[in-house]
Formats: sequence, C-alpha cells, structure tokens
Amino acid sequence: MIQFVSPTFDYAALAPILIVLGGAVIGVLIEAFVSANLRSRVQLFTTLASLILALGALVQARGKYTSAAAMEAITFDGAGLLLQGSVLIISIIAVFLLADQENFTALASALPGSDEERTSLQQSLKITEVYPLTLFAVAGMLIFPVATDLVTLFVALEILSLPLYLLAGLSRRRRLASQEAALKYFLLGAFSSAFFLMGIAYLYGFSSSVSFAGIHAAVVGGTGNDVYLLLGIAFLSIGLLFKVGAVPFHAWSPDVYQGAPTAVTGFMAAATKVAAFGAMLRIFYVVFAETYYQWRPAFIAIAVITMVFGSIVAITQRDVKRMLAYSSIAHAGFLLAGVIALSKSGLDASIFYLFAYGIATVGAFGVVTLVRDAAGEVTDLNRWSGLGKRSPLVATAFAGFLLAFAGIPLTSGFIGKFSIFSAAYESGSTLILIAGVLSSAIAAFFYIRVIVLMFFNNPVEDGTTVVIPSVYTQTTIIVSAVVTFILGIYPTPLIDFIQSTAQFLR
Amino acid sequence: MIPTELNLLTLSMLLPLIGVAVLAFVPKTNALLTKQIALVTTLSVAAVGIYMTVKFEFNNTTFQFVESREWIPAFGINYALGVDGIAMILILMSVLLTPVVVVAGWNESDGGRWSAKVFYSLILVLETMIIGVFASTDVFLFYVFFEAMLVPVYFLIGGFGSGERAAAAVKFLLYSLFGGLLMLASIIGIFVMATRYGNRTFDITALSQLHTVLTPMMENVLFLGFFIAFAIKAPLWPLHTWLPDAAKSATPGTSVLLLGILDKVGTFGMIRYCLTLFPNASKTFTPIIITLAVISILYGAFLAIGAKDIKRLIAYTSISHFGFITLGIFAMTSQGMTGSVLYMFNHGFSTAALFLVAGHMISRRKSSTISDFGGLQRVTPIMAWSFFIAGLSSLALPGLSSFVSEFLVLVGTFTRYPVAAVIATFGIVLAALYILIPVQRALHGPTTPGNENMSDLTLREKVGIAPVIAIIVVLGFYPSPLLKIINPISSQIISQQGFSDPAPTISEGKE
Repeated sequence: MIQFVSPTFDYAALAPILIVLGGAVIGVLIEAFVSANLRSRVQLFTTLASLILALGALVQARGKYTSAAAMEAITFDGAGLLLQGSVLIISIIAVFLLADQENFTALASALPGSDEERTSLQQSLKITEVYPLTLFAVAGMLIFPVATDLVTLFVALEILSLPLYLLAGLSRRRRLASQEAALKYFLLGAFSSAFFLMGIAYLYGFSSSVSFAGIHAAVVGGTGNDVYLLLGIAFLSIGLLFKVGAVPFHAWSPDVYQGAPTAVTGFMAAATKVAAFGAMLRIFYVVFAETYYQWRPAFIAIAVITMVFGSIVAITQRDVKRMLAYSSIAHAGFLLAGVIALSKSGLDASIFYLFAYGIATVGAFGVVTLVRDAAGEVTDLNRWSGLGKRSPLVATAFAGFLLAFAGIPLTSGFIGKFSIFSAAYESGSTLILIAGVLSSAIAAFFYIRVIVLMFFNNPVEDGTTVVIPSVYTQTTIIVSAVVTFILGIYPTPLIDFIQSTAQFLR
Repeated sequence: MIPTELNLLTLSMLLPLIGVAVLAFVPKTNALLTKQIALVTTLSVAAVGIYMTVKFEFNNTTFQFVESREWIPAFGINYALGVDGIAMILILMSVLLTPVVVVAGWNESDGGRWSAKVFYSLILVLETMIIGVFASTDVFLFYVFFEAMLVPVYFLIGGFGSGERAAAAVKFLLYSLFGGLLMLASIIGIFVMATRYGNRTFDITALSQLHTVLTPMMENVLFLGFFIAFAIKAPLWPLHTWLPDAAKSATPGTSVLLLGILDKVGTFGMIRYCLTLFPNASKTFTPIIITLAVISILYGAFLAIGAKDIKRLIAYTSISHFGFITLGIFAMTSQGMTGSVLYMFNHGFSTAALFLVAGHMISRRKSSTISDFGGLQRVTPIMAWSFFIAGLSSLALPGLSSFVSEFLVLVGTFTRYPVAAVIATFGIVLAALYILIPVQRALHGPTTPGNENMSDLTLREKVGIAPVIAIIVVLGFYPSPLLKIINPISSQIISQQGFSDPAPTISEGKE
C-alpha cells in the first residue's frame, strides 16, 4: 500500500505566489459581481494591491530560504527572491500601461468587422478581464523560476502562457493581426510545450525522478542512460529557448510582438524573459552543471547565432514593434551568455541584466503606445520621422531607452552588458565575447537609425500625433527612464544586493 | 564619506553641469542670457584649469589632484581622478578652448534644429566629459567618458551642422562606437585577466604591472582593441574617413571641439593606455604604427592640397598633423614624446584659429568653397591676417608655437627611425603648399566678385580669436613653461618602456 504523507508548506515563502493567485481569483469575481462602470477602477486597484502586497510578502520572506517550500516542488532561495522581485516590479510598472483601456478591444468574442463588434464599441464596453489574466500570468512567472520539480515547472509554464495567448489577441485595432498573433503564439507555444513534456519524460526515463534533486543525483552518479539525459536536456531546452525567443525558436516573436496590444507586448517581453531565463538559469546551474560539456557547446552556438541574427535582421525592420522584437531576440542571445558562464558572476550578471532590460523594455513599449493617428497606434517607423520636433520629451525618453538597449555608458544597459560579457569571458567563452561585441556594433546601427529618424528628419504631415500620456502611462515611462539612468550612473546598491543574495539552493 | 576638500578636477567637472542646471530654467526664447550663462560657466572652468596648472608640481611625475571613491566596488571600479603632466596640459587646452568656442561661435546655434539652450547645454555636458576623459585614472571610468562623450557630439553635429549633417553625425557615431566596442572587449579582457591574477581593479597604476603576467599573444590582442579605438579617434590612416565629413558638416565651433580637443583623446589614449598597459605589444607593433603615421602625414597633406572645400582642407591637415603626433609617440624617445604632447596642445590652438576664422569667412560668403573667395586681404584685412597667422602656425613656421613641437617630433624620431623621419619631413614641405595655395587664392590678388562687400571681424569675433593667436605667438617664442610640465613625465614614460634615448653619434675631430 502506498504511504500517503500529508504535504507541508512554508506559507511565508509561498505568500507572494498565493497573494497574486488570490488577487486573480478576486479579479474573476469582480468581473462577475461589480457593476460595469466601476469595474475597471476596482480591477486596477485589486491588481496593483495584490502585486504590491506580494512584493511586500517577498521582502518579508527575505532570508527565510528553504528548499522545501512546497515539499520538493518549490525552492525559495536568494536567486528566486531576486527573480520574483524583478517579475513583480516589472509587472507593477507594466500594469499602469494596461490601465489605458484605449488599447484593448471592447468585446473579445466578437468577430472582427461584425455588427456585434460595432455595437460593443458604441456601448463603450470595457474589457477588464485583462487584469485577472495578467495576474494569472504573473503567478505563473513567480512559480516558474522557483520550481524545482519538472511537473511543477510545466504547470507554471502553462499558467504563465495561457493568459498571455489570450492577452495577445485583445488588440482594439488591427484585430485580425492580433488574433493571428494569438493563434500563432498559441500553436507554436503548444508545440514547444510538447517538446518540453517530451524532455521531462526522457529525464524521468534517465533518472526515474522528476525532482531537480533526484535528476541532479542521477547526473552526478550516472545511470548509464546518457542518451536519455541528452535527449531530455535537448527537448527541455527547446521548450525554454522558445519562451525566451532564441534562434531558431524565435519565429513567433516578431509577429506576436507586432500583433499583440502594445501594453501586453511590453509586459510579455519584459516579464516572460525574467521568468523563463530564471528557470533556465536554475535548471542549468543546479541540475545540469556537472554535465556542462554536453550542453554548453550547443548553447554557445545558439547564443552566437541568436545575437548575430537578431541584430542583423533588426536592421531591415520598418516597424517599431518588429524592430524591438528582433532587438529582444538579440538580447536573448546576450542573456544566454549568462547561462553559459555557469558561475556566480554569471548568475549575478544575468539577474542584473534581466531586471535592467525588463524595465527599459516596458518603458520603450510605453512610448510606442503614445504615437498614434486616427486609426490607432502608428508603428511604421517612417511615420515616426520628426518625432523629436513634435514631442521632444517623449522622443528623448525613447532615445534614452534605445541607448540603453545599445549599451551606451551611463545607462543600465552598459553595466549589464559589461557584467554579462565579462562573466562569459571569465568562464572561457572568448567566442561569446567577440560575437557579443560585434553584434552590439551591428545593433547600434539600427538603434541610432531610429534616433536619427526622430531627431534629424522632418516630421511627416499625415496625422501622426503623440497623444498626451495619461497619468498611468506617464508613470510607467518616467519610472522606467529614471531606473534606467540611475542603474547606469550608480548601480552599486543593486549590484551589491544581487551579489550578496543571488544563490541557488540545491 | 563627506569630502573634506573639494577636488579641483571634480570641481571643474561639476561647474559645467551646474551651468546646464541653470540653463534649464532660462526661457527658450532668451538666447542671449543662455549664451551669457554658457560663457560665464566656461570662463570659470577655465579659471579653475589655469589655477590647477599654476599649482601643478611639474617635477612630480605621480598623479596630482587625486581623488578616489568607490563607484562599483563589486567590479573594483572607482571614481578615480588625477592628472600627470600630459593630462594637465590637455585639460588646460580644453578649458581654454571651450570659452573661445562659445565667444567665436556666438551665432552658431541659430541655424540649428533646436534652440540655443540645447546647443550650449550639449557643449557644457561635453566639457565635463572631456575633462573626465583626461582626468580618469580608472580604466573603466575613462571608458565611460570616452563613449558617453559621443552622444553630445552626435547631437551637436546632427542638430546644428550644415549640409549632410545627419549622415555625417551617424558616420561619426558608428565609427566611434565600433572602435569603442573593440575597446570594451579589451577592457573586459583586462578585467578578467586582472581578476585571474588576483587583483580585481581598474586602477591604471596597478594595471600597468599586468603586462608582466600576460602572454605575448594576449597582450597583443588587448593592445589592438585599445589601439584601433584610438586610431579611429585620432584619426590615423586608413581609419580617418569619418573625419572630413564630420568636420565639413559640423559648425566651426563644434569642429574645434571635435578636432581640437576630442581627437586628442585618441593620441592621449595611445600614451596613457597603449604604452603604459601594454609596453611589449607597443614595441611589437611600432614598425606598423610608424608606417601608418608616415602614410597619414603624406596622405593628409596630399588630400589637403587637393581639397576644394575649406573645412575639408582643415580636416585633412589635421590627419597629417595627427600622423606627426602618432609618429612622435611611437618613436619611443623622450624628445619625440615631449614633442607630441606639445604638438597636441599647439594643434588644438592652430586648428581652432583656422576653423574659427574660416567659419567667419564662410558665414559671410555663404560658401565654403575656396575658389569662391579672392582678395580678402583688401576688403577684410584683420580677418585675412588672422587666417594667415593661423595658417602659418599650421605649417609650423619657426617663431610660432607649432614649430617647436614639430621639430622635437622629427628630431626625436630621427634618432631612432631616420628613414621615417626623413620621409615625414616632406610633410613640412607639403604643408607649405596646402596652406599657402589657399592663402594666395583666397586672400591675395584682386578682390573677386561676390567678396567686395564683405565685412571685417566684429569686436566679438576679434575678442574670440585674439587669445588664440596670442597663445600661438607667445608659445612660439617661449614654450618652456609647458615643456617643464611635459618633460619629466615623458622621460618617465619612455624609461618605463625600457628605452633610453639613443646617444647622438659624435664624430671625432678637432675644433
């Protein structure tokens, strides 16, 4: 007979996750019971409150690290704290963008162009489901980097992905493109989940365990089934590399970035990266570190291809959201350098990079939501021409984010780039350093091209305007810009904090 | 930690930023007040710079006016400032030239995309970064200024220049960024090597011992990362192609800042970073660099002779002059080194004089083509004389400041590389051509149509140009104060390289 042990939970360590999930459930109830005209305000309040409470709970839990937060399924450690903190902070900033309801369709179930859609727009229905959906996604992102059990990891992956598939389809304008993006994201995401599951199966076959500790023990001890191990690592990696958008698993990202409502794109680009890289770092640092000679060469190749490909293809983009998508592919390549480094400094650098990049990304997409014409957001770069003249402050903010992406000194991007490349080089990857520096040079070209367009070209007279940002969007952009520059000028407190905190518990 | 005493270098870097903060409160329409604030700020920075130079102990070859604070201790990065004789001279040059640019370029911001406020804010921010780049004694801090400096220059060229200004600005920025990223790779290399050998630091003095543990291959690679970045900045043939475009499109004032000051960062970096950090690699590459320097001298001179545009002409002369400076640095003799440093200082002033007077000529004639001018001597004698003197300084006429430095460079080179020195000497002959031909065409002879009603320099323009010409003339006769500052440090750098000056061969004979 099977002995059934009642599970023990460390509620302090789980509190942030539980609070966010609770907030999401309350959000669903609000959809059902609160009157329509109050709903969006109540939802915004609930969402922000649960995120901030979760952050508070996370601060409270600092130092109470345990590898058995929920039996063996969740490990709450220093690195987990930092990653969860990054996800929460980025989400809080991004939620302000979601608060601008202008960006979302009024009735998601209505067919594009149908009468139903027209009446829903006339009734000015508001789609407030975005808030609970976002909270569910955040909860998944909180679990993903702390899961230490492949099944929990998979569940977290699905919790974070499913709401994002939905959110991608909610754009108010260009609804067909938006729905196409959602479908594409969903299908390819499901495909990669299948690979991921396959990887889990192989790893179970290899080690007869799904917990990280069990697999790690098998990796160290050896089971004679090395083929299963290799296949398991490969399939698992495909699932993870898909989420971060590394080449050759990147095909979804430009379309999804472009089609999804910009506010969602910003949240997705920033927070998903943190969660997915967090999980990747944990898996490769904790479980597969000893067998690095088997996966590192492949990862170096993927990192180099991702950096170079992302940078080169970005040059040809004529759409600002697609350009940012390819730029994020290039950044995924830079971040892989942190996984490859497989050292304490690599971990520190990756966490700093993820946080800095996430903040700047949310800010940049915040600016994109502001440039509009009568039909909605204008993402065609040609029509951004002369933006600096129309709206110097907005253009300057965007230029600042681009300089941060390019890694110019005195922005957070430079410190991130320096630390991650030096970590990679420290562990012997000269190739990563050279490829990284060269693709940064290529990438600089298209960032600068946008700056030229905004500042040195004359405005086009076709009705493109910069709307006066709402208080919410202003908050997002200002906070992101300030953080980006402070981290560039005086990053010491954050770096020291990361250095003293970032540890994986096995 | 509260600073008990404000460091003068930090002060000189803070003042322009305070100026920018004040400018932020000036209404956009009040251009005059903007300019006055910018002038007062740059003059006060110049006063601090002069005070530092006076206080500078010239026999002391260690860093002076030092300040060091932790910046990012996790990577061993400090906010560390200090100057040796070379840095002192270059800071002095920079802080003297900036107010000159403000005065002489009083109306330069008018043709820009943005207001005067933006123009002068950019110049002030740039001044802070220039001082920072010369004063850093931490390699990382240096790099931060080195790269961040590009941003204000980029906007100065692209926003306030003329003609194909946006394209020129982008070309400048991409070239510089490319070099900068190579240097970043080298800096990461240094950082990792220093960590591996137990001293996680970016302090230049500590790092100057790093070469003793590097493999020759590693040292060469790291050296190249730095050298290519500096060769782009300086600029050395064949990495110079961004310069003529940038100089043609920028306003004259910006060109002065760019060619007169910023490009010196390249040659300064060769001395401070290439020679100090990688002495063995420097020796390995010396033959190649000397060759490139000689090619630059002749190539720049030939193109200058052929130039039809007055701003491009000045840019090409600078390529030639930077060839001389690089030649002097890598000749590895103390005369060559001293000559090069003095050359940097003088080149700053003679280029400034040329660009500023040329700028006045161009703004009056509304053309920068040399053949559009003619017989200016009769119409505008003061402007013509100023241009003439600036030109003579550029061709290193004895009695003017640049003669001393060019002579020292050639003498210093001759003792070790006689062939290179002899070939380089042709550069002097060519210099006479590229200066005197345009002087003859534009200034002398009958006044050509279109130039009859040109007005001479105004009082403001005279005030702007006079100090520059005064410095050129005075230093020509009496360069010893500067030489006293430069000599000790250049001898020390040369001896650190393990070189001694070759003894002159004396032929035996009776008097």
